[in-house]
Amino acid sequence: MTDWIDIGTLADIPQRGARTVHIGGEKEIAVFRTGDDHVFALINECPHKKGPLSQGIVHGHNVACPLHNWNIALKTGEAQGEDKGCTPTIAVKQEDGRILIARPVSMKDAA
Amino acid sequence: MEFQDGVSPVTDSGDDILVPMDDVREHLVVVGNGMAGCRAVEELLARDAGRYRVTIFGAEPHVNYNRIMLSPVLAGEKTFDDIVINDRAWYADNDIELIVADPVTAIDRAAKSVTANSGRTVHYDKLLIATGSDPFIIPVPGKDLPGVISFRDMQDVDTMLAAAEAGKTAGGGSAVVIGGGLLGLEAAHGLTLRGMKVTVIHLMDTLMERQLDEAAGWLLKSALEARGQTILTGANTAEIFGQGKVEGVRLKDGREIPASLVVMAVGIRPSTALAREAGLAVNRGIQVDDHMVTSDVDVLAVGECVEHDGNVYGLVAPLWDMCRSLADGLTDRHTGYKGSVTSTKLKVAGLDVFSAGDFSGGEGCEDIVLRDASRGVYKRVVVKDDRVIGAVLYGDTADGGWYFDLLKKDEDVADIRDLLIFGQSFASGGGVMDPKAAVAALSDDAEICGCNGVSKGQVVACIEKGACSLDAVRAGCKASASCGSCTGLVENILALTLGDDVQSGPKTMCKCTSFGHDDVRREIVAQDMRSIPEVMQKLHWSTPDGCSSCRPALNYYLLCALPGVYVDDQQSRFVNERMHANIQKDGTYSVVPRMWGGLTNPRELRAIADVVEKYDAPMVKVTGGQRLDIFGIKKEDLPAVWADLNAAGMVSGHAYGKSLRTVKTCVGSEWCRFGTQDSTGLGVKTERMTWGSWMPHKFKIAVSGCPRNCAEATIKDFGIVCVDSGYELHVGGNGGIHVRVTDFLCKVSTEQEALDYCAAFTQLYREEARYLERTAPWIERVGVDYVKARIADDDAGREALRARFLYSQSFSQDDPWAQRAAGAETELHQHLQPISIAAE
Ligand SMILES: Cc1cc2nc3c(=O)[nH]c(=O)nc-3n(C[C@H](O)[C@H](O)[C@H](O)COP(=O)(O)OP(=O)(O)OC[C@H]3O[C@@H](n4cnc5c(N)ncnc54)[C@H](O)[C@@H]3O)c2cc1C
Ligand code: SF4
Ligand code: FES
Repeated sequence: MTDWIDIGTLADIPQRGARTVHIGGEKEIAVFRTGDDHVFALINECPHKKGPLSQGIVHGHNVACPLHNWNIALKTGEAQGEDKGCTPTIAVKQEDGRILIARPVSMKDAA
Repeated sequence: MEFQDGVSPVTDSGDDILVPMDDVREHLVVVGNGMAGCRAVEELLARDAGRYRVTIFGAEPHVNYNRIMLSPVLAGEKTFDDIVINDRAWYADNDIELIVADPVTAIDRAAKSVTANSGRTVHYDKLLIATGSDPFIIPVPGKDLPGVISFRDMQDVDTMLAAAEAGKTAGGGSAVVIGGGLLGLEAAHGLTLRGMKVTVIHLMDTLMERQLDEAAGWLLKSALEARGQTILTGANTAEIFGQGKVEGVRLKDGREIPASLVVMAVGIRPSTALAREAGLAVNRGIQVDDHMVTSDVDVLAVGECVEHDGNVYGLVAPLWDMCRSLADGLTDRHTGYKGSVTSTKLKVAGLDVFSAGDFSGGEGCEDIVLRDASRGVYKRVVVKDDRVIGAVLYGDTADGGWYFDLLKKDEDVADIRDLLIFGQSFASGGGVMDPKAAVAALSDDAEICGCNGVSKGQVVACIEKGACSLDAVRAGCKASASCGSCTGLVENILALTLGDDVQSGPKTMCKCTSFGHDDVRREIVAQDMRSIPEVMQKLHWSTPDGCSSCRPALNYYLLCALPGVYVDDQQSRFVNERMHANIQKDGTYSVVPRMWGGLTNPRELRAIADVVEKYDAPMVKVTGGQRLDIFGIKKEDLPAVWADLNAAGMVSGHAYGKSLRTVKTCVGSEWCRFGTQDSTGLGVKTERMTWGSWMPHKFKIAVSGCPRNCAEATIKDFGIVCVDSGYELHVGGNGGIHVRVTDFLCKVSTEQEALDYCAAFTQLYREEARYLERTAPWIERVGVDYVKARIADDDAGREALRARFLYSQSFSQDDPWAQRAAGAETELHQHLQPISIAAE
């Protein structure tokens, strides 16, 4: 079963923006909130040159990387268009206004 | 019928009900006399009327009424009698025992009995729990004050009506509705109709955010405001205050809204306490299987209080499905409930809003968007794998049912994909028609452009006279030149009339729109548009919230057009402008404080040195613009760095923005043996005047003290070269990839003139260049003669530009660092709450 970790409320993240979260020594996670209040989580590294995706412009269900403007699909982490590459995604869900993200697998193994 | 309700319960003794000795039927006891409980009984009666003896407990003092009609009752369109579903005769005719105003307080599953508040205990063979939902009350101080209610039952409606009545005598009462969802907006509407002044407080930025996207939410908000309601989005309630009764609401940002009534409509929770205490399996709702059976085979549950397959529902349509499966199960039929897809329609009179399914897009989803500004229509249909998976409609919801049907039936829409958005009659009428054929079929006098009243014949005539691009048609006969909703039609007429000879027009702003930058700028001013969603609606954007190209541009255009009015949209800014620092390749930031005219002093140098040490900055670099750039600062440390620099009197250098960067100077007459004027002093004055201004692109100024030009003023956006007789002004220079030397603008004789011309030129560039167009390509596009004509030859025009620049500067010369260092938006620099994982 997935361990769900409560990381805060929807209101903690600006609409069409992102916040970051560290979970026990893992790579930084970027948690995005879209214009229609969907929430997605990705490792905060662009597949191109590790740009911090949390700082990009969120449009639709995509984020434009702040470094070289690659367009990354929030749901899959996949680079869009001509660019090729993928950022790992982290399962996330909303329940009663709280945001829960799945504990990354490697950490569970370590625990 | 005059319905005397709530006066006396049907069974009013507190005694246990005596089972008639001759009734050997199984006893079905229902807890909850609401929509689901009664409907379940109706379904059961329809299948096998004689099978069960039925007793229903209700907490409210009423017979079964249609809860969703409470809104029309509040609005004065219906009376309570009109919304009764089953009157007392129905209970009597069907031999149902009804016990009202007596909530069940306990279930004893071992003894198979329930006990009510009055103490009455009843034995059951089958128990049906249909307790519905409890309104969610946000735990703020004052939530228990008299005058704070929810919107759930008839009693709430009575309280609202009484408050409105009291308000009338007191000269108009005011109400606050907390929650801008379906229910809250219905309450707000009803109270408005009842003459109250209503303010809606909504936590999210979009009304009904779970049903609507931002575009539709914006339209809804505008419409409600036009009806006199005050809508505060992004507003967080801190406290409800009042002495002995409610007097108002205070928001987290300190605003206070007076109110004699507060309606909380922030959400509902399945009412599960009774079931939980009885030891039934409860998650978010009471858990049931496909026949509505709980973890105890003799206990069933139905309605909003249940959770089926992980879902809880807050609308009636799914309840009907549940009630059918429940009745089937109770009468040994086995169909089973499979879950429901829901759609929402806002009933508030005159406002048509519809949403269904999943319209949030995502992987493999295509958005088909139609915006018709003149009719106030927004439609968005989401298609995935050739199936409709969601829809949001505003303004014209006639096709809602059709989309919902396509969605539920999972129908393949590949064939009608192109016409889908135009609705059922268009897409399915007379077989599938390709859009060009549809245009070909139009008669010559059919209206193409509603804004300018241009017919198809006129468009064709214009094309035949030589217009062979969209732009030429726009210029020639005005078709599609205003709101643009007919752009597709005009393009099709072009294609039909010219075949392959259509010329594509100037580049559109991005793939989200058919308009170019200049058109968008012009329309923003002409139509006095004030927000990004408004521009997107009125100019028919084809995406729900734009892309990373158009959003920063629109944000800038609005900012430039409406100084002091437009509220900047942080999320439409590139990271540097959002974080007020330069992002570097490793994700850290570099920080450049302003050094006016390139001057500094020990105090500033010390502050910079201290920051470098304190935050372990790996490098400090003198920039090309005569500033010190501190590298390697972490996002989290930025506010503290700014605070330290602010403390030494330094403000942001805007080295990160599409904005005025630096004013480079040489030493000039003060020290240099060649200097003719005080270039350093003029540089400082110029920078004091221009700092903080947002631009289409970065903008640099330089002042040199003599033609030797040590400050390299002739490759700057605006350059001043001091000479004996005055000041030579140069424009449109650029280092960059394509180095460009400035064009000579004119010569002026005083410092003040140099400053005035600088302000006017800057404003002309701000108002007329396209976003991300530097002065060099702009001047090459419009010609230096044009710029001379506007700045050097037109005194009144120059003065007006200068005045607009200074007016705009009166709002923008706020140091962004100071605001952030003082705590504004600190959370953007912080991680979400740190999480420590306990070892398992
Ligand atoms: C103002 C308003 C407008 C709405 N508009 C719409 C709409 O437009 N479209 C739509 O689909 N849905 C709408 N809804 C939602 C819809 O009314 C509900 O989905 C539906 O009523 C749920 O039915 P239910 O039987 O589960 O709960 P309810 O109808 O709430 O019935 C539950 C009943 O159980 C009683 N009860 C609770 N605990 C006990 C107890 N211990 N003992 C005895 N009785 C108890 C309650 O008093 C209540 O009468 C609206 C709701 C409201 C309040
Ligand atoms: S530009 Fe002229 S005045 Fe300025 S430093 Fe150079 S030589 Fe001296
Ligand atoms: S690092 Fe993201 S686009 Fe280059």
